[in-house]
Amino acid sequence: MIAEHLPALVVVVPLAAAPLIVLLRSAALGWALAFAASLFAFGASLALAAEVARAGVISYHLGSWPPPWGIEYRIDALSAFLLVLVSAIGAVVAPYAWRSIAAELPREQHYLYHAVFCLCLAGLLGMTATGDAFNVFVFMEIASLAMYVLIALGRDRRALLASFQYLILGTIGATFYVVGVGLLYLVTGTLNIADMAERLAHDGGTRPVLAALAFITVGLSLKLALFPLHLWLPNAYAYAPSAVTAFLAATATKVSVYVLLRFYFTVFGAGLVLETLPVPEILIGLSIAAIVSASLVALWQADLKRMFAYSSVAQIGYITLGIGLATRDGLTAAVVHLFNHGITKGALFLLIGGIALRAGGAGFERLRGLGRAMPLTSLGITLAGLSLIGVPGTAGFISKWTLVLGAIEAGYWWLAALVVLTSLIAVAYVWRFVEAAYLQAPDARTPPAGEAPFSMLAPSWLLVGACFWFGFDTSFTVESARRAAALMLGGAP
Amino acid sequence: MKREPVLRVVGKLLIPYMLMFALYVQFHGDFGPGGGFQAGVIAAASIIFYALIFGLPAARRLVPDVVVETMVALGPLIYLGVGVAGLALGGNFLDYFVLDRDPVAGQHRGIFWVEIGVLVTVSGVMLKIFYMFAGHRRP
Repeated sequence: MIAEHLPALVVVVPLAAAPLIVLLRSAALGWALAFAASLFAFGASLALAAEVARAGVISYHLGSWPPPWGIEYRIDALSAFLLVLVSAIGAVVAPYAWRSIAAELPREQHYLYHAVFCLCLAGLLGMTATGDAFNVFVFMEIASLAMYVLIALGRDRRALLASFQYLILGTIGATFYVVGVGLLYLVTGTLNIADMAERLAHDGGTRPVLAALAFITVGLSLKLALFPLHLWLPNAYAYAPSAVTAFLAATATKVSVYVLLRFYFTVFGAGLVLETLPVPEILIGLSIAAIVSASLVALWQADLKRMFAYSSVAQIGYITLGIGLATRDGLTAAVVHLFNHGITKGALFLLIGGIALRAGGAGFERLRGLGRAMPLTSLGITLAGLSLIGVPGTAGFISKWTLVLGAIEAGYWWLAALVVLTSLIAVAYVWRFVEAAYLQAPDARTPPAGEAPFSMLAPSWLLVGACFWFGFDTSFTVESARRAAALMLGGAP
Repeated sequence: MKREPVLRVVGKLLIPYMLMFALYVQFHGDFGPGGGFQAGVIAAASIIFYALIFGLPAARRLVPDVVVETMVALGPLIYLGVGVAGLALGGNFLDYFVLDRDPVAGQHRGIFWVEIGVLVTVSGVMLKIFYMFAGHRRP
């Protein structure tokens, strides 16, 4: 009986956990509830993914109102994949948050943090699960408002400003999105995504539809931090509490990419977006700019957290580059990289949280000789860094490899070369950490020897392990991504 | 403004009717303009009115912070409870049809409780915002 309601429950359980935590007013109970809710969401997502692989698209009618009148939750190969990513990261970050939040937030805010975390998780899962364009907006707002709060909780006072910047830009992005949806509603008279797609197949390409495409593209690009709309991201990631940074970096921008894919390929159709309009050229141009400029900027950052925040902007460039290639392999690469970058960045930011806990910050001046003071953490960052670079045997390699193959197949030899060349910049910035941690002698600012607590180290290393696991066993990631790409472009997998 | 007899008398006269009007707006939502949100705002406004006349500490004694925070959290739970009740009675999430033997009566029952949830949380949030702004001291 539970199984058939999983599409709704995967969102409802974290959503219900949030007010319950506020009612309980206890940090320990709140943490336990948040952990339980995120574990449930992870289990439900895995079950949904298995069901989608077995029986195809799942459609769930909220309130038993049939679509297109009622709100439909629609899980297909792409959304199931994203649900697994988001809920997995949620289930890894929730246990980690116990000690990390205790160290970074005042006591009376602990239970509120767990409540807002559940809200954010529910919002992101809802954006992925729903099949209704306006419902996406509602969940986007739930997730975004929760994120603004989570970022503002950072102990650095600049966190407030970073959160406010993100609030302004994020609200502009959401407004653009809702204007686009409004235009589509005017043209089609429906908000259900599948129904919208069907109606647009007849009268796509009219001026309001093109305007809607432009609004939705810009709005979502702000949310997913596509260059040059990424300016909110580095500060937000750098000043947010460690657990928050790890969670957001691994999920928030990814879900926005998912919504963009949903609109490009399901609603507007690949024919309009990729063939009639110069969207691929624009995406490729901006992606290259993102990869090169953000990687170079990352080289000069004085803070490890900020460096990897800029690296996130570059990595999003690889994802949008895959979309811009407009081929099945390109899309596969984009979807695979959503997942692989999610786990890699999640691992990195979780480990950096351990450093922040022991050293009081993650500036490079504190990292000298860290390899001896915190051997496990340093080793983890180095290994996850290898995955970020794309060294063979890691998850990052799989995504870069599919991306290079996709570029060659689309006839862009120079893009393939560029992907490889820009990976060298990643080598350079990961090397900065290795140099500081292993080759420099410890000084007064290096933290005393001692690792982060087990409850923080174990989730981090789980993700580091995942970086390698998915570097060898690609049956889940690449196969799911291939099915998703086939689904988006229409046709047999 | 506690010493102003006019304000005190008018306030004491008006506040019960404001609360009454909130309930009217709440339950008339089925047939005309109104519903949980508007009713919640009106109910919160009556408490804010009380706070303006008798001062914030008096209002905080009348509706303590704990109550306000509980209201904020309780509203969504009532709403979600309606959804889960639909599940428990064999329908989908938020299915009102199964809440009564007669599906139309079920719809009425479902939306009734959902609006109660909205009333509770909106008045709670309004008061929370007012308390936070009014209680803010310059450092």
